[in-house]
Amino acid sequence: MLDVNNTTRVEMDWSGPERLQMNMGPQHPSAHGVFRAILGLQGETVVDVDAVIGYLHRCHEKLSETLTYAQYPSIASKTDYVAAMTSEFAYVLAAEEIGKFEVPKRAQYLRVIVAELQRIASHLLWLGTWCMDMGGALGGGATIFLYCIREREDILDLFESLVGARLLYGFFQVGGVRYDLPDGWAAQCRSTIERINSRIDEYEQMLVDNAFFLARTQGVGVVSRELAQDVGIAGPLLRGSGVNYDIRRNAPYSSYQDFDFRVPVETGGDCYARYRVRMAEFRQAISIIRQALDKLPAGPISSRPALKSVAQIRIPKGEAYARVEGPRGEVGTYLISDGSAKPYRMKWRGASFSNLAILPHIIPGHKVADVVAIMGSVDPVFGEVDR
Amino acid sequence: MAAIPAWLTLLIAPFIVLNVVIGLVTYVTLLERKFAARMQSRIGPYRVGPHGLLQPIADALKLMMKEDVVPTAADRRIYNLAPIVFLIPCMLIFATIPFAPGLGVADVNIGILFFLAVSAMEIVGLFMAGWGSNNKYALLSAMRAVNQIISYDLPFIFSALVPVLLAGSLKMSDIAAVQQGSLLKWFIFYPVIGQLAFIMFIVSTLAAENRVPFDILEAESELVAGFRVEYSGMKFALIQLGEYAHMIGSSFLAALLFLGAWSGPGPEYLGPIWFLLKAMFVFLLVTWIRWSFVRIRVDQILALSWKALLPATLGLLITTAVVVVWRTSGF
Amino acid sequence: MNAEQARASLGSMLGVEIAAGVPMVVDVPPSRWEEIARYAKDTLGCRFFNFLTAVDWKEQGLEVVARVDNLEDGISLMLKTKLGSGVTNCASLTPVYRGANWMERECFDMFGVHFDNHPDLRRILLEDGWEGHPLLKSYAVDTPHPPYR
Repeated sequence: MLDVNNTTRVEMDWSGPERLQMNMGPQHPSAHGVFRAILGLQGETVVDVDAVIGYLHRCHEKLSETLTYAQYPSIASKTDYVAAMTSEFAYVLAAEEIGKFEVPKRAQYLRVIVAELQRIASHLLWLGTWCMDMGGALGGGATIFLYCIREREDILDLFESLVGARLLYGFFQVGGVRYDLPDGWAAQCRSTIERINSRIDEYEQMLVDNAFFLARTQGVGVVSRELAQDVGIAGPLLRGSGVNYDIRRNAPYSSYQDFDFRVPVETGGDCYARYRVRMAEFRQAISIIRQALDKLPAGPISSRPALKSVAQIRIPKGEAYARVEGPRGEVGTYLISDGSAKPYRMKWRGASFSNLAILPHIIPGHKVADVVAIMGSVDPVFGEVDR
Repeated sequence: MAAIPAWLTLLIAPFIVLNVVIGLVTYVTLLERKFAARMQSRIGPYRVGPHGLLQPIADALKLMMKEDVVPTAADRRIYNLAPIVFLIPCMLIFATIPFAPGLGVADVNIGILFFLAVSAMEIVGLFMAGWGSNNKYALLSAMRAVNQIISYDLPFIFSALVPVLLAGSLKMSDIAAVQQGSLLKWFIFYPVIGQLAFIMFIVSTLAAENRVPFDILEAESELVAGFRVEYSGMKFALIQLGEYAHMIGSSFLAALLFLGAWSGPGPEYLGPIWFLLKAMFVFLLVTWIRWSFVRIRVDQILALSWKALLPATLGLLITTAVVVVWRTSGF
Repeated sequence: MNAEQARASLGSMLGVEIAAGVPMVVDVPPSRWEEIARYAKDTLGCRFFNFLTAVDWKEQGLEVVARVDNLEDGISLMLKTKLGSGVTNCASLTPVYRGANWMERECFDMFGVHFDNHPDLRRILLEDGWEGHPLLKSYAVDTPHPPYR
């Protein structure tokens, strides 16, 4: 474990009578995927966390060197598979930045709509699984889980009619998007988000007055502003610790500057603050979708000709780092191109990898039950952690 | 009809009661699943038999046919004995409950005392299960179990003693007899004291039964079934049986102490039906709470017990004693 | 301090002209890696540690890239250091930024770069007994490694 200054590693002292080393995962109902945490316990208090990751490592970065710019976006969605749209977004933005490709206005608006719908779907899954972790698969948590999944199914139906796939899409391509809206999609989208808006109010009512929920989340897993920036966590975790930073506002991409939305910031730094940030993000995402649907311009959906061969897209020599505000934080791609059809080097900055690095700093001192609550509020997706 | 010899009654009555209880327990699981499903906007078991009525039978058959997996490093004797030691007190509590005036196995003078004392003995079985499994998760859960059940048995006993004080007897049928006659005689309608005692009794029951929001023992998402984690097949079925039997027993006790047992409109022989309905009402109340709340942490649970519930129930008991003396001495 | 001042002061520290832009690309000699990072954090206010990675330039050797941001003033720095042909040692940024811990472990895992002063340098994504460093250009994509393909 790290010593009090969090700089050097010291050996644990196992001589006491109440010391226990317990393994959580990689097969565990609330590990959010394959994740192994070796907890050193003193009674019920965790004094040491060793996070072992890499169970889902597929080496996307090496894989991208063997796939062309036309082939890789579909694979990019498999990093953060819960929010696949924003994952693909980062890659195509980087390629377009090096190649200086113009993306038509309609494609930009479609990208925004799809990214915000994906944010709502991802946060619904977060809420359901977090409550289930805290309440048990056979308890009150399961009730909220089933309600959230029911809402998420409506959004996945929207995606299915747009792209043809429910979880992993191939919607983005370098220069624009691949599919246009089918007839009646906009009306279906509007009615879906109205329904979700009212249901979110219901779920918030179920939780916010619940003394048990507050007791489990307030004061648990406090991340200070300074620690948040030092470790490099982003997204709702950063905004829950008081740092007002949202890539959609501070470094707008894909015409986010055309929309009027608020960035929710809380100063508590605990699980409850992060919960409030994400609940507010639901409503902001719904507002953005409404505005985008209202102002959707006509026009082409891609500035590149339709793909006839995989090596069709050529990008000149150069490098760029493009990032998007995914539901979990900053998803970025650092792309180095050497002029051929395949990238020279692609670094995937996964939001969850940086977010998960906060665990060894905040968990020691909490009880075993808090580990689950904290992991749920960090909301890692292991496709992004391990890539 | 010739008089039935006493020793035969002693054999037949428990046999009947045990069978009824086991049948009731299996169908109560179905009731809970259907109730929970409706709360979650789904249907619940539907296909096995009409509207899922044969589901418990299917589950029981499945559990009987399952392979009995025993971990190699487990302490054999303790591991095998634990489900039985856990089950026996849970079944024994039905001995003193009278299902109608005169219809009970052993309606002894110290009925309530027997019930409370025996129901606390399940901790031994719990701890044996956790220890004998030789599994860190089971051990952690067993430690929490001992902590929690002991902490909550005291408020459980004190809140159960309030109706005893109001009725003036430890005998269960006496307590039920006092509440006969009219609806307002039920102890739950006793001004202030009755309602407070009922609420505290329900909270303590939730904790003593390991039900959400106090089910840290089997916290699925942390300890993956807790002390039961290494049990499979029939031994698991025995533990489930014991848990639900204890839950039903406490529901019957709540119905007897607070809801007037067999008092209800209609002829005398409908008494047990009313008793059953009231016990099911309490059970559904507990189930409703279970499917609505997240669980709280172990240190918060213990804090709630020792800092809040125990002083409250103690205060309530003393207040009841004062009120009873005041009323009997005339005012 | 705003981006222009940061660019000027960093340029004078290193003695080179830094091109303006978002982010500002800064080439740092390996011996001054930690010093420049500390300067960026303390003086320029770049307290947000974004990521750290490496690039394999084949004959020219490895290059370690780190990006840090100043969220309030909007300064983004892309710090790069070319380690040189055949060199695999680099100073660790863990004393400066705590987020460098896992990022440097991943660099070590994938490229074999050994970070001096790192508190706990071991493989993070691959198992401990893995041979080779996959993201090096000399490591073929289909290198067999039993029991995996």
